[in-house]
Amino acid sequence: MQCCVCKEKPATVHLTQIVGEKMQKLDLCEECAKAKGVNDPTSFAMADLMLGLGASQEIAETAGVELKCPRCGFSQADFKKSGRLGCPDCYKTFAEGLSSLLKTMHKGTRHVGKAPEALRQSRDYADRLKLLQKKLAKAIDEENYEAAAALRDEIKSLGGIAVKSR
Amino acid sequence: MKDIHSFLCSPAESTHRHGPHDRIVISSRVRLARNLRGASFPGWAKKPERVKILEVIQPAVSSLPDMADSFGEAMDNFTALDKQILVERHLISREHAAKNAGSGLVLNREETFCVMINEEDHLRMQALRPGLQLRAAWNAIDAFDSALEKKLDFAFDNELGYLTACPTNLGTGIRVSAMLHLPGCVLDEQINPIIQSVNKLGLAVRGLYGEGTEALGNIFQVSNQMTLGESETVIVERLEKVLAQIIEHEQNARERLLEKKPKTVFNHIGRAYGILANAHSISSKETMNLLSLLKLGVDMSLFPGADRTLVDELFLSTQPAHLQKQVSDKLSAEERDLIRADMVRDRLKNVSRPVTK
Ligand SMILES: [Zn+2]
Ligand SMILES: [Zn+2]
Repeated sequence: MQCCVCKEKPATVHLTQIVGEKMQKLDLCEECAKAKGVNDPTSFAMADLMLGLGASQEIAETAGVELKCPRCGFSQADFKKSGRLGCPDCYKTFAEGLSSLLKTMHKGTRHVGKAPEALRQSRDYADRLKLLQKKLAKAIDEENYEAAAALRDEIKSLGGIAVKSR
Repeated sequence: MKDIHSFLCSPAESTHRHGPHDRIVISSRVRLARNLRGASFPGWAKKPERVKILEVIQPAVSSLPDMADSFGEAMDNFTALDKQILVERHLISREHAAKNAGSGLVLNREETFCVMINEEDHLRMQALRPGLQLRAAWNAIDAFDSALEKKLDFAFDNELGYLTACPTNLGTGIRVSAMLHLPGCVLDEQINPIIQSVNKLGLAVRGLYGEGTEALGNIFQVSNQMTLGESETVIVERLEKVLAQIIEHEQNARERLLEKKPKTVFNHIGRAYGILANAHSISSKETMNLLSLLKLGVDMSLFPGADRTLVDELFLSTQPAHLQKQVSDKLSAEERDLIRADMVRDRLKNVSRPVTK
């Protein structure tokens, strides 16, 4: 069996990992396994490997033109090479392509858990606004105009803009 | 430069750290990945930017009360041997050991907090505890992070959480892990089904010094892989539950082995003792595997009078970089094997052969 990274040397390191229902397999040669940090317990994760190999191509293919991060100049081709991004802003630049990747990789696509203290309040605020807007859309869908009016007022009082009805 | 060796506790001292279930759980660790807003990740930043980031982060970390007595240094000021020693102590990753200018390390005196600066992320902060103490480790690193965020502006997104260089760490940026000694599960041939069922829960199990099931010293690391869409406490709790089960499996396996296959167990442990106490050349790998069995023997009270810390100490001091550090001349692998065997024989000279009735 050939190494799936260099496609040259025989594969001697075989990795199988089951995440949820998905089974992932990798066959690597000694050198590529080392280069990918398979020996390193603190940094190796299967998903890292998958990223550096095939999975990242998804990003490149989702957009027609090659995107570049306006802040750091990082491109899709760079991501394909390293499986790492260039800077925090890259998450905005490549948001579209990343979302499907994140779905396969994580439990969810929205952060749950700790936030910096300074942002915690605005985060709670954003959460509340989002919830109200969802309720409003539902009320409009159900033609429950009384509830919709009340929700609009509440959103306005929070300083948000109520999403127009369709 | 200050000397990392006068700062690190000796292998002998390090064995006197104790924690709950530490016969099976060697240590607990919680790591958080953080990055600075508006700066390129270390892998993409040019050297001057990395150096600047290090100059911002290192003093901020060192100024925390938890780091009042700490060792902080840029990676280019360590020798290759010193870096390797830090890897053998599990204080830094192999990746971090490969870093030079623009990367750094801050470690506190008790070796309970270790921060890697400009590894894959700007910050990889770790809380370390002996035995099974995931909750304590999480609480410690949570407070550490809260104190640090007052001094540094972390890249955070309302949807995606803490932004990391690799999307696999996105969200909480957390990796919760424990290092386990599972000779019973390995001898009882239970380890593969255990690994498979733990994998199914989205957790990773790997041999700490080897690949796949070829785990040297029967030491395994269990950790979470997914970081987005679940809170830190949910992740910690899942690990705790799974670890409690693994501990039970290991205890049961040891009891079952003694009851059903005592000859097999005594044979393994007796041979391990025989080789360690009498060899004149021994590799690091073989030493680890045999010391694991010796440790099992001590846990099973087959070596009355032998102290378990002796085995733990040998486990660390016989590793290549630790061994090299103890002798002044540069050693070849063959020379190391001779010195290692001398050292193990000497340390075991007062340990009598196993009592197996
Ligand atoms: Zn290869
Ligand atoms: Zn960028």
